[in-house]
Amino acid sequence: MPEQLVFAMEVFLNGLMAGVLYALVALGFVLIYKASGIFNFAQGVMALFAAMTLVGIQKGQVPFSHLINAVLGTHIHHFGWHVHSLLAILLTVGVMIFLAWAVQKFVFRHLVGQEPIILFMATIGLAYFLEGFADLMWGSEIKTLDVCLTANACLPQGINLAIDEATYNWFGYGFFIDNLDITATIVAIILVSALVIFSQYTKQGRAMRAVADDHQAALSVGISLNFIWVLVWSVAGFVALVAGIMWGAKSGVQFSLSLIALKALPVLMLGGFTSIPGAIVGGLIIGVGEKMFEFLIGPMVGGATENWFAYVLALVFLVFRPQGLFGEKIIERV
Amino acid sequence: MKKTLATAALTALMAAGPVMADLVFPSLSYRTGPYAAGGIPFADGYADYFTLLNERDGGIGGVKTKLLECETGYNTEKGVECYESTKGEGALVYQPLSTGITYQLIPKTTADDIPMHTMGYGRTSAANGDVFSHTFNYPGTYWNGASGAVNYLLEINDGDIKGKKIALVYHNSAYGKEPIRTLEELSKKHGFELSLLPVDHPGQEQKSQWLQIRREKPDNVLMWGWGVMNQVAIQEAANIRFPMENFIGIWWSGAEHDVMPAGAKANGYKALTFHNVGRDFPVFADMQKYVVDAGKAAGAGDQIGNVLYNRGMYAAMLAAEAAKTAQEIHGTKDITASMMRDGMEALSITEEKMASLGMPNFGPSFEVSCENHGGPGLVGVTQWDAENKTWSLISDFKATDMEVIGALIEADSTSYAKENNIASNCNK
Repeated sequence: MPEQLVFAMEVFLNGLMAGVLYALVALGFVLIYKASGIFNFAQGVMALFAAMTLVGIQKGQVPFSHLINAVLGTHIHHFGWHVHSLLAILLTVGVMIFLAWAVQKFVFRHLVGQEPIILFMATIGLAYFLEGFADLMWGSEIKTLDVCLTANACLPQGINLAIDEATYNWFGYGFFIDNLDITATIVAIILVSALVIFSQYTKQGRAMRAVADDHQAALSVGISLNFIWVLVWSVAGFVALVAGIMWGAKSGVQFSLSLIALKALPVLMLGGFTSIPGAIVGGLIIGVGEKMFEFLIGPMVGGATENWFAYVLALVFLVFRPQGLFGEKIIERV
Repeated sequence: MKKTLATAALTALMAAGPVMADLVFPSLSYRTGPYAAGGIPFADGYADYFTLLNERDGGIGGVKTKLLECETGYNTEKGVECYESTKGEGALVYQPLSTGITYQLIPKTTADDIPMHTMGYGRTSAANGDVFSHTFNYPGTYWNGASGAVNYLLEINDGDIKGKKIALVYHNSAYGKEPIRTLEELSKKHGFELSLLPVDHPGQEQKSQWLQIRREKPDNVLMWGWGVMNQVAIQEAANIRFPMENFIGIWWSGAEHDVMPAGAKANGYKALTFHNVGRDFPVFADMQKYVVDAGKAAGAGDQIGNVLYNRGMYAAMLAAEAAKTAQEIHGTKDITASMMRDGMEALSITEEKMASLGMPNFGPSFEVSCENHGGPGLVGVTQWDAENKTWSLISDFKATDMEVIGALIEADSTSYAKENNIASNCNK
């Protein structure tokens, strides 16, 4: 097999894996937009906040310690304990549920009936508030993320040797696939399956879908919009935590993590803002598209094409399907 | 009555005497935002050194120093706002801590007669003091960094890197592109094959670049990164099992927080430097006693000895020594920004002086002149020990290829002088 074709296959597979990571971020946007019509600009910051909270809890960090020390003249930074990853994840989910409740109670409840652009602006404000709040709560240093079930079973990273060996035997060149990407793919499959089961087979899930279809009709049959919106923001918070863990494992948990939202935008444009399968398929298309373009065309134009090409790809799709691949076609009759 | 009158007369005499204003050093820091992890230790080191001078020595030449900190968030617009809002406060010298802010401030500081020190960043050709009268970038520039990396590779390859493959992974910005011309020239001179791999901001996703490195198997990878790009690059290099000892970052890619997320896999990673690392210097005992233990540290006092804390402290020391020089030249303790510029242009840093400051072998010895604002461009190499979580200086501060760099500086600064109609600063 020609060498370039083998390399292209490796790039293609890595593009798929990168696409899964993009889709993980895009999922949070879709969930909230579908249920409430809000484009949540703060989704990237939620991933950052969730990951920082997870590390903070894990490492027994005292929240707001800089503030406490400045006011009281103390020097406390840590409680002196270490929390197991699973318990820390559960506690972080609790914090994200509380955040969802607070966002609903103090922000969006007061904006019911406002124009979508007002709601969008509110999420921009929320993003900046949350970023500053996370800084104040956990500090701005880069934190190393170690999610481990046992001392020897941590989130894997690095080349998958089995794939490397198998592909070497088949093609004479071992493919690089990151174990973290494989884990992210498995987690994404479980997450999407869980979301589908939740929305199809549970009372709350069906209520969520009803709200997504028609707020007023859902309200008329006794569904609490407040509860559903808190539920949706909580689920989006959980998805943000998963995205934060996967991205944070690559780079450490730091403020740049909030910028992963930029990677989700072309995925949403392509897949549609209202479709969970759209987020997944969109993510995969963007991931493969940008990686293959960088591989084939990048060297001719000086490289660094991925950021802009993802948007070009999404815009090309929009020309043919303005609602995105899986988005709902909106027909408004006069 | 006599006693009262005498006291009143003495008070009046003291009030009529010359008032010593504080020596004002603005600090354009970034303690918030995506780059805060790098900005905080530098700002702490810069602030703590001036606090040390106040507490231990009573300031500089008996005049207290005053730090004016302004948060830029590493944002160029905010940096310019900080400059405009602090320049009227008697600012002596600016450290913009960003290449973007530096470019904006070069014409402004020149017009306002306030010097600017861009140590190891900014516009490299500002080393030509004949053109850039108010900008100083001693003791080293990015072009010195590029040459320093190549010289180090020459040294460990017995002086021959002909045919070697060297890849440059760089932040796709003006900063990241700085070393390219120098490396291209050096590639022609030494016969190595240079490949360029840009990474778009912020650098969270670099799979394509590292797959390419894995395919092309360069002998060495150089990195001009910043922020999250550094951590991701080191992690990706570890993932593809690229030998860490063959991976060398510029000084902005070689701090503790750059290597810690990759854990043990980052062991052996190297970075260039123009100052020493670690906390094994007498100055830190004073810092602990007069600043940290006295509760006057800018931060929690836990950054001492970290690479970027040391760099901030080093920048403050160079500013303080330039202020002392200015006081000596002009025969007054109460110096202005214009006098400070003269002090920077006449700055002489010797090993004896560094040792007397409690910083023996902390940085290279050098002298600044009207023509040369960039110093000698001596570059050292550090290496990360993941087990002990320490950086070590593994080479002396060595000379770089000024034959190549000098020509590039001359060409770029001459072009700038023509575009902006700048007359010679040194032959007035």
